[in-house]
Amino acid sequence: MSVGDWLSELANWVFLLLAIPTLVASVMVVSSKNVVRAVLYLVIALAGTAALFLMLGAEFVGWTVVLVYLGAVIILFLIGIMITRAPLTKSVELSEPMSAKVPAALLSFLLFGVVAWAVVQSFDSKVIPLPDEATRTAELGYSIFTSWVIPFEVVSFVLLAALIGGIVLARQDPATPVEQPR
Amino acid sequence: MTIVQFILLGAAMFSVGLYGVLTRRNAVLILASVEVMLAAVNVNLVAFDVYLADQASTGQVFALFVIALAAAEAGIGIAIVLMIFRNRHSADVDELDLMRY
Repeated sequence: MSVGDWLSELANWVFLLLAIPTLVASVMVVSSKNVVRAVLYLVIALAGTAALFLMLGAEFVGWTVVLVYLGAVIILFLIGIMITRAPLTKSVELSEPMSAKVPAALLSFLLFGVVAWAVVQSFDSKVIPLPDEATRTAELGYSIFTSWVIPFEVVSFVLLAALIGGIVLARQDPATPVEQPR
Repeated sequence: MTIVQFILLGAAMFSVGLYGVLTRRNAVLILASVEVMLAAVNVNLVAFDVYLADQASTGQVFALFVIALAAAEAGIGIAIVLMIFRNRHSADVDELDLMRY
């Protein structure tokens, strides 16, 4: 499929409109010198993926990303930044020096190159049939509670363990005396 | 729309996240980079689910599992970072060299 053919399809323009901000925001998450901005760029990146899910008709997954990531996980990150007293202004301390950045960038680019080559080799111009209507949440629920009920139970157990583990880890140990600011 | 464009976006986001994990020093920002990698995986799962027009929507179900596990990972991760900060007064992973030879 040529680039001209690809651009003649309106859905691809919508894709570009969503994918480019998502990718730019992802780059800013890993390169921003300001901690709070890095986390707020994560909001844009995840909102972009949520919009792509809506475009693909995966309505429930898209809104779950909005609720869980944008609603809860981002707040958790911001609280983590505030509690660990990271420098809230520009800081070069947030990333490794250039001598470590160059090999990391090379490795990441190599990974992308290998995956891109393999994907283009095997899936060249295979078209996604755009669904006429969104995936119904009822079908998704039916699939979870019939085919995937055991993985679902495992995930729920992991969430319970994470909840208890989070409380145990973050709780002040009662054996150590609490430092009272006077 | 082709499947390739979605996988390329996923691969690019995953590589960017990997770069972040390798170069960030602040523990909270390493966790944020991991979230970018997990979002890239979700893009792949949902794109392949729509591509295969699966009746059971397996890709979307597993995207939901990934979201749930990512939330658990972020919660535990922040709790561990908090613990380390409380003990060592720093969230810089380069200073955690207690077990280094």
